[in-house]
Amino acid sequence: MPPIPNGVPMSFYLGLSAILFVIGVAGFIFRRNIITVFMCIELMLNAVNLSFVTFANHHKQVAGHIFTFFVMVVAAAEAAVGLAIILTVFKNRTTLNIDEVDSLKN
Amino acid sequence: MPANFAPSADDMLRFGPETILTIAGTLLMVLDPLFAKKLPRMFGHLSIAALVAAIFAAVAASSVPGLAFSNLLIVDGFGTYFRILVLCIGILAVLSSYMYLEREQAETGEYHALILFSIMGQCVMVTANDLIMIFIGLEISSIATYILAGYLRNDKRNNEAALKYFLLGSFATGFFLYGIAIIYGLTGTTQLGAIRSSLNTPETSLMVAGVAAALMFVGLCFKVSGAPFQVWAPDVYQGAPAPVSAFMATGPKAAAFAIFLRIFLTAFDRIAVSWAPVVWACALASMTIGNFAALTQNNLKRMLAYSSIAHAGYILVALASNSEIGTAAAMFYLGAYALMNLGAFAVIVYISGKGETNLRLEDLAGLGRKQPFTAAMMTVFLLSLIGVPLTGGFFGKFYIFRAALDAHLTWLAVLGLLNSAVAAYYYLRLLVVMYMHEPGEVTNALEAPGPALQAALILPAVGTFFLGILPGTVLSFAQAASSFVK
Repeated sequence: MPPIPNGVPMSFYLGLSAILFVIGVAGFIFRRNIITVFMCIELMLNAVNLSFVTFANHHKQVAGHIFTFFVMVVAAAEAAVGLAIILTVFKNRTTLNIDEVDSLKN
Repeated sequence: MPANFAPSADDMLRFGPETILTIAGTLLMVLDPLFAKKLPRMFGHLSIAALVAAIFAAVAASSVPGLAFSNLLIVDGFGTYFRILVLCIGILAVLSSYMYLEREQAETGEYHALILFSIMGQCVMVTANDLIMIFIGLEISSIATYILAGYLRNDKRNNEAALKYFLLGSFATGFFLYGIAIIYGLTGTTQLGAIRSSLNTPETSLMVAGVAAALMFVGLCFKVSGAPFQVWAPDVYQGAPAPVSAFMATGPKAAAFAIFLRIFLTAFDRIAVSWAPVVWACALASMTIGNFAALTQNNLKRMLAYSSIAHAGYILVALASNSEIGTAAAMFYLGAYALMNLGAFAVIVYISGKGETNLRLEDLAGLGRKQPFTAAMMTVFLLSLIGVPLTGGFFGKFYIFRAALDAHLTWLAVLGLLNSAVAAYYYLRLLVVMYMHEPGEVTNALEAPGPALQAALILPAVGTFFLGILPGTVLSFAQAASSFVK
C-alpha cells in the first residue's frame, strides 16, 4: 500500500478506522446508558468518515472528502432527532437505563 | 464528468415528485400555526393533494427516462414503479390517519409534513443511481419516520418505539455506510454501473467486495426487518401510533427492498454466488421466526409486526432467486403486501379506540355482526395475507415461489409453502373471532367508520382484488421494469 505523504502507510488509517468502528459496535451492544449507546453510534459514523478521507487521498479524488460532509450533516440531523427522543424518554420515565425501557411486551 | 453542472429542464422534470413533496411539506409546516385551530383537517387534504400531484409528476418523469444530475439519479421503469407505490402508500396512510389524529386530538401540520418528507426520501432512494444518493434518501426517510414513531410525546409506548427504532436504525445505517466506504476505496466510485464494471475487471479483489456487500447486507436487512436483524420490529410496530405502524411496515420497507434489489443485482451481480446462499438462509429464518412467533401473539399490532417479518422473508426468497423473474415477483409482492397490510392496519386504527387501549384479539369479537362492512373488508385483507386465490396475495406468493423453482431453490420453495400454511392459522383465528364470537364491549361501542376511513378500507380492498383478478397488467410492467436492474 502506498504511503500517505506524511509517511504513515494507508493501512494504519484503515486499521484505526476499523478498530474505532468495532469499538462503536461493541459499545452499542454492551453499554446500558442510552446516551453512551448513542455516542457509540456517532463513533461508528466517524470511523467511516476516517475511511472515506483515507480512500479519497488514496484515489486522489475530492469526492471522498465531500462524502464526509454529507455524513457529518446526516449525523448532525440524527443527533438532533435522537437527543430529542432521548429527552422525551427521560421526561416520561426518569431513567436512562436501556433495560428499564421495556413496557412493550405481551 | 460534464463541464456544465447546471441541471437541465429534463433533469428538473425527472426530479418532479421529490420537488413537489418537499415544497408541500415545507408549506404544511408554515401553515400549521395559522390553521391548526380552525381547520385541522385541511393538513390531511393538502398532503393528499400533494401526493396525487406527485404521482402525476412521477408519470410525467417516466416520459423522459434516463440519468439526471450528473448520473446521480436514474428514472427508469423500476424507479417509477416504486415511486408510484410509495406515493400510493402515503395516500392510504394519510387516509387512515384522519380518524386516529382526531381521536387523539393531535392534528398538526408537522405530522403530515413528516409523512411527506419520509416519502420524498423513499422516492430519492428508489431512483438513486449512486450509493451516496441512496444513503441520503435512506436517512431522509428514516429520520422523518423516527419522529413519527414517537409522535405522541407524552405516550410511553410511543417514546419507547421511537427510541428503539432510532437506536437500531442508526446502528444499521453505520453498517451500510461502512460498506459504501469500502466499495469506494476498492473501486474509486460510488455509482452503481461503474461499481459493476469495476468488479468485472480481474484485478479487483472480490473478497474485499464481499466484505462490503456483507456490511451493506446487514444494514439493509435491519431496514427490511429480515432475520436475524428483526428484533426491533415487534416492539416498534406495537408501540408506534397505528397509522404510523402501517406506514412503517410498508413504505420504508418497499423502498429498502427496492435499493436491496438495485444494489445487489446491479453492483454486486459478479459476487452473486457468495451472497445468494446468505439471502437464502435469511429468507428461511425470517419466514419461520415471523410465522411461529405470530402464532402466540394476542396483541393485534404485535401479531401484524411478526407477520410483516414473515412477509419480508417471502420477498427475500424472490431476491435469493437472483433472476429477472424474481425481481418482478418481488415488485409485485411488495405492491400486494402494501395494500393488504395498510388495509389491515386501518381496521386496527378503527377498533383500537382512544389511547389505543383495544388491541387484544378478543376486541374484534362480533365485528361481523356489529360492523359488517368493516368486517368484510378485514376478511379480504386477511384472505390476501393468507394467499387465497382471487386476491393479490395469492399471485404474489405464486410468482415468488415459481421464481424460486425456476432458480432451482426447490427446498426454499417447499419450506416457504409450509410456512404459509402455518401463517393461515393465525389469520383464520382472527376471522373466527370476528364472525363466530358474541360481540363484546368494544364492538358494541363502535360507531360506523367515517368517509376517510371508509376510503382507507375500500381502496386497498379494490386494489387487492384487482391484483388478484387481473395480475397480468401489473406483472407485465414489473417484468419490463426488472430488466433495468440486471
